[in-house]
Amino acid sequence: MQIYLPIAELSLDVFLLLAIGGGVGFLSGMFGVGGGFLLTPLLLFCGVSPAVAVGTAAPQIVASSVSGALAHWRRGNVDVPMGIVLLLGGMLGSSTGTLLFAYLRRIGQIDVTIILTYVVFLSIIGSLMLAESLRALRREASSASRGKLHQHNWLHGLPFKFRFRKSKLYISALLPVGIGFFIGVLAAIMGVGGGFIMVPAMIYLLGMPTITVIGTSLLQIIFVMMNLTFMQAWQNQTVDIVLAFVLTVGGVLGAQFGSRIGTRLRGEQLRGLLALLVLGMAVKLAYDLVATPADAYSIVVLGRAT
Amino acid sequence: MSGRGWPALLAMLVLTVAEGGLGRSAAAQSLVADISDHLVAVTTDFAGTELLLFGAVERPGRVVVVVRGPLQTLVVRRKERVLGVWINRLATTFVDVPAFYAIASSAPLAEVASASELARQEFGLRYLRLNPASGAQSDPDGGFRAALVRVKQREGLYSEGLEQVSFLGERLFRARIPLPANVPTGSYVATVFLLVDGEVVAAQTSPLVVSKLGTGARIARVAEHDAAIYGLFAILLALSAGWLGSIAFRQG
Repeated sequence: MQIYLPIAELSLDVFLLLAIGGGVGFLSGMFGVGGGFLLTPLLLFCGVSPAVAVGTAAPQIVASSVSGALAHWRRGNVDVPMGIVLLLGGMLGSSTGTLLFAYLRRIGQIDVTIILTYVVFLSIIGSLMLAESLRALRREASSASRGKLHQHNWLHGLPFKFRFRKSKLYISALLPVGIGFFIGVLAAIMGVGGGFIMVPAMIYLLGMPTITVIGTSLLQIIFVMMNLTFMQAWQNQTVDIVLAFVLTVGGVLGAQFGSRIGTRLRGEQLRGLLALLVLGMAVKLAYDLVATPADAYSIVVLGRAT
Repeated sequence: MSGRGWPALLAMLVLTVAEGGLGRSAAAQSLVADISDHLVAVTTDFAGTELLLFGAVERPGRVVVVVRGPLQTLVVRRKERVLGVWINRLATTFVDVPAFYAIASSAPLAEVASASELARQEFGLRYLRLNPASGAQSDPDGGFRAALVRVKQREGLYSEGLEQVSFLGERLFRARIPLPANVPTGSYVATVFLLVDGEVVAAQTSPLVVSKLGTGARIARVAEHDAAIYGLFAILLALSAGWLGSIAFRQG
């Protein structure tokens, strides 16, 4: 059954979209990743333009992050001051990112920028995940060793030091602001929540305890994505609520099954498969960038006379 | 063809219209034409449609049908390989480009009129006037113009000679012009020309509107005109969808 997407201006099969939303939701429920970095490339493969794919991912991520954030909030796993400081950077970053997005679109370089960014990050994440799952598989017999929680380095010498009680940290506020800013820019350009970068950054760069990391990052993601939804709709008119809604319905259902199965399964093999999927997408996108296009010319409608 | 009733129906129609048009000039009388639909509704399940243009001529000649869409400003970009990656390098802007152009004729265009007359009337994609914006990068070898026509043809928005104008007997003619699913919305003009000895002797123009209708249209309109409200609504929808999902999950 075809459904016409009024902003994307094309018709796609409803069940295909539900399957995409459900599949991404399933994986994110199982692995606890946001899934934006899977969703946007899948939309690109369906023929949705990069601009609309990125704009529409924002409300979808808001919807899929709400239930997780509520659960962590109820358990008291959110470091609110840390979330606010991250959010400060995130708001600045996502607003800057939207303006950058609009500028790149005007000069005709947005598509290549989005795809290049994806190739870089999907390759890095895919490789890290694959290495991690291989290590985990090999480690099954031997006992696991843990590294230090956090080390002191030059990052701890920065000014504007601030005490984050819940995370038991005394660090410069510039660090979380910087991280939030960087994630915000990426979120605007890639249509991702950025959890896959923020979570490691919070653990390894800030030294936050793992228990507060997920809830705090979800808090930041929801507000940054709300800002992005508004900015993209307002500035670029690239948010398709019909597409977002269908994807969200699929995503909510998929996430339920995903998280149930995720608690029962030992995920190393599946994590390895996910890593291969991510790497496969990176290869496909990279190939599209370097392969000689069927037609080197493309046209874009700027405006219409009435 | 689609039933034997057509010629009779058309003849009646033509007679009625011709009676009403007795007071007009001789040129207007020599041609009457109309379209099957003056409003094409693009609804949620729109999968393209077909326009039927029909009419009658008073004297034997060749008939050319041209359908033009609303005017657009277009950027044509050319990719080049930079460090192995194909990126857009050169661009040219065209103004007042018809979003849609389809031409059908009762004989091959080359037989209908001389090249100069074809060019004057913009009959055929070769002769369609496509104006670069003032100050736009020059297009000496015509590569950008050719690309514009090629891409539009690939999208099914420009076509030439896809359909023939067919005569039913000596006087009555009709032509089908397909409108694809991605047909741009806006005001269209369908013009029927009568040519005798390679010269246009009569022409009749009918307006046509392609408009989005239904829920999809309303959403697109709000997104464009009340972008801020649309953004807030999208946020609200996302929050409530996520919240409802989490409630359903806890109960289940």
